[in-house]
Amino acid sequence: MKTHQFEVLVVGAGGAGLMAGLYASRTAKTAIISKLYPTRSHTGAAQGGVGAALGSSEEDHPEWHTYDTVKGSDYLGDQDAIEFMCEEAVAAVYELEHMGLPFDRTPEGKISQRPFGGHTNNVTGKPVMRACHAADRTGHMILQTLYQQCIKNNVTFFDEYQVVDLLMTNGKAAGVVAIEIATGEMHVFQAKAVIFATGGHGRIWEITSNAYAYTGDGVAITLRRGIPAEDMEFFQFHPTGIYKLGILITEGVRGEGGILINGKGERFMEKYAPTVKDLASRDVISRAIYMEVRDGNGVNGKNYVYLDVRPESVNHYAALDGRKRPDGSPFVVTGEEILSKLPDIVDFCRVYLGVDPITQPMPIQPTAHYAMGGIPTNQFGEVKKDENKTIIPGLYAAGECACVSVHGANRLGTNSLLDIIVFGKHAGLRAAEFSKGADFQPLPADPTAFAQAQFEGFLKGDGRENAFDIAMEMKKVMFDDMGIFRSGKGMQNALEKVRELKERFKHVRVQDTGKIFNMDLINAWELGNLLDLAEVTTVSALARTESRGGHSREDYPSRDDQNWLKHTFAWVNETGKIELKYQPVTITKYQPKARVY
Amino acid sequence: MQVTIKVFRYNPEKDKKPHYETYQLEADPTDRVLDLLEKVKGYKDGTLSFRRSCAHGVCGSDAMRINGSNKLACKALVHDFGAKITVEPILGLRVIKDLIVDMEPFFDNFRKVLPYFINDDPAPEKERYQSQEDRERFDDTTKCILCAACTTSCPSFWASDEYLGPSAIVNAHRFIFDSRDQGAAQRLKIMNEIMGVSRCHTVFNCTLACPREIQITKAIGEVKKALMTGSLE
Ligand SMILES: Cc1cc2nc3c(=O)[nH]c(=O)nc-3n(C[C@H](O)[C@H](O)[C@H](O)COP(=O)(O)OP(=O)(O)OC[C@H]3O[C@@H](n4cnc5c(N)ncnc54)[C@H](O)[C@@H]3O)c2cc1C
Ligand code: FES
Repeated sequence: MKTHQFEVLVVGAGGAGLMAGLYASRTAKTAIISKLYPTRSHTGAAQGGVGAALGSSEEDHPEWHTYDTVKGSDYLGDQDAIEFMCEEAVAAVYELEHMGLPFDRTPEGKISQRPFGGHTNNVTGKPVMRACHAADRTGHMILQTLYQQCIKNNVTFFDEYQVVDLLMTNGKAAGVVAIEIATGEMHVFQAKAVIFATGGHGRIWEITSNAYAYTGDGVAITLRRGIPAEDMEFFQFHPTGIYKLGILITEGVRGEGGILINGKGERFMEKYAPTVKDLASRDVISRAIYMEVRDGNGVNGKNYVYLDVRPESVNHYAALDGRKRPDGSPFVVTGEEILSKLPDIVDFCRVYLGVDPITQPMPIQPTAHYAMGGIPTNQFGEVKKDENKTIIPGLYAAGECACVSVHGANRLGTNSLLDIIVFGKHAGLRAAEFSKGADFQPLPADPTAFAQAQFEGFLKGDGRENAFDIAMEMKKVMFDDMGIFRSGKGMQNALEKVRELKERFKHVRVQDTGKIFNMDLINAWELGNLLDLAEVTTVSALARTESRGGHSREDYPSRDDQNWLKHTFAWVNETGKIELKYQPVTITKYQPKARVY
Repeated sequence: MQVTIKVFRYNPEKDKKPHYETYQLEADPTDRVLDLLEKVKGYKDGTLSFRRSCAHGVCGSDAMRINGSNKLACKALVHDFGAKITVEPILGLRVIKDLIVDMEPFFDNFRKVLPYFINDDPAPEKERYQSQEDRERFDDTTKCILCAACTTSCPSFWASDEYLGPSAIVNAHRFIFDSRDQGAAQRLKIMNEIMGVSRCHTVFNCTLACPREIQITKAIGEVKKALMTGSLE
């Protein structure tokens, strides 16, 4: 066992982790630990853009961005945190540009922006250009740029180290335990401050846009250490995933004029969101697709619809909508322009579907996409240990694994890339500042015991069960019963199934008994995390007897502000039982009202 | 369809030398080779080890040799290869286990080319302006995902991993031709060193191997030209 000591430890090297590491390392001895090489992190998969009211080509204001985010969250987002994020957004995006990020440009040479779902001009209600983009690989550019800055600033990395436990002493963060994947050796990292930035957990669902690495490690680890998880019932289904594969087709396609068409050739979003149509919020569109399919309007009677970005379709509907360019000229596109703005999307469709989006519509279905819930924090990344906002000294979280909450019940597109740069930075700053006035906490006598026990279990199982089967069964039931539409009966079924799978999981025995790159063992541990989070998600969802944002119940179809304008806090107690408590939503300027697009 | 997949296997804790294992699988023609590897791992042999994450060609984890050419397993579909598929680790980097190679020499080379934005002028309050033409100048080389498919297809890199290799040069190009950057002279000096661009003999393997379709040989050519003419035009 090797031990290391750092003032600040960042777990995760995606956008949130790198931003935290960059800022913390300016004043504190810092290391970033990541199970993947930093540039493999899922931030690199983000396509469409990062939101900020720069107003490059038309009028926009941080207050509009704030209101849109509050509305998009179905009023579950905490308004103080949302306002903070949207105010910080403008400087944060300029800072990325100063770090060299190659944004696309307007004809005047400014950062180019495109419309995105739910982002509007608050006066006219029409879509506003707020998503700052670099083609359809904005996340790739953010990840690369931040990693490049870390190299420039000599930030210390432990690449391909899997963090498997959080150490706490006297109620304060004391460090983490990690496995060096290349050797199988356990390392103990002692620290004054620990920042979790481990990303999401979309691998719980069958059809997903999420990477294999999205196994919710951070949330699962903290739950095991008695820290609650907030709003886990809210998980976003993105309306446009590639049929069957779930690979994401960015909302930027609709920002560039693409429209959704059902099996009858109708532009169905007119029915569901008369003002912004195809640029409504994601939850609204995913439900619309589901209902179209249910009413027999899928393509060829199947469970998919078309996303159409062929120039003739775009131009036809843009003319009907009276859509104009910022200079007042009519909105007209060519195939070449589409290709230059969405090169990766065109490539994905050609490779995986054999479809050319310039000449053919793309078959799409909703795909599991984003965790609104996670480790509860305030706007400085400080982790809350209860519903009374009590802080755990030295523990921080940022990015998709955290719940600030700025996304509430439904995240707006472009707000996650914003979340990771704003809250990554502030978590880094706070953690460094905290570490200056704090001492190292003593490590427990046998710091790796808890982690060791979990891993040894996988070598001792009786082998009656296969981990791959268990994963498949979890994904299927979660997609069927804990997806876009939910009901008490379905969720109960999912809960029973997940509990059965958790029992069966105890019989899994990994085949690989070696030390070096034992991915068999690590993947088994990750599956355990997914199962834990699937259970917490389902229990949190069953309790919430209303529909709000991404949580949509057929048996409770309306939002219930009287009883449910509150955040769920879920704990797993020593016996494995899940306990729920609630915290009121912070409302500053915007009183909840009906949400119409 | 039935697919026979032959996989390079090496476990340093057990094997004296590498060998191949063959597995029969039922597959869809549109399955990814990565899906096959997952199935082998899930049902046939849990000890099979490889890296992967995004599963759609953007994270750069799973470059491997598939029927002899460098591909991302997640972007290689069964119907492109037929019923017999051979999967091996990329060449020129030490094999650690099965399909996993030691990426450190590759990242070391990346770090040598000053792969970060250099501009010491005080930043303006808003963005630094850049024309669409200037932005377009280096667009192609911003696509690199550091998967190493290009570098490990290059005979010069096989001859010596001290050679910076195509990927590192691509990343140097990304900054050399960025009108906002001021580090071109320093980087060109590195490009001119003995293990720099002169080792490129325009074999074109790299360009064919790139899963992002970056025109790598062209980019290297532009760096060579900048060295010869002393101009970035
Ligand atoms: C396909 C796709 C497109 C998207 N497009 C957009 C968009 O256009 N705009 C937008 O705003 N958002 C978008 N999102 C969402 C957004 O990209 C993510 O929410 C965000 O990038 C998450 O960043 P992160 O830093 O929290 O996590 P990540 O970037 O995923 O990083 C997680 C890090 O944690 C590490 N890690 C995890 N577990 C462990 C462990 N146990 N030990 C050590 N390290 C660990 C990983 O190695 C990784 O480095 C998109 C998401 C997807 C999937
Ligand atoms: S798994 Fe990400 S590139 Fe293949």
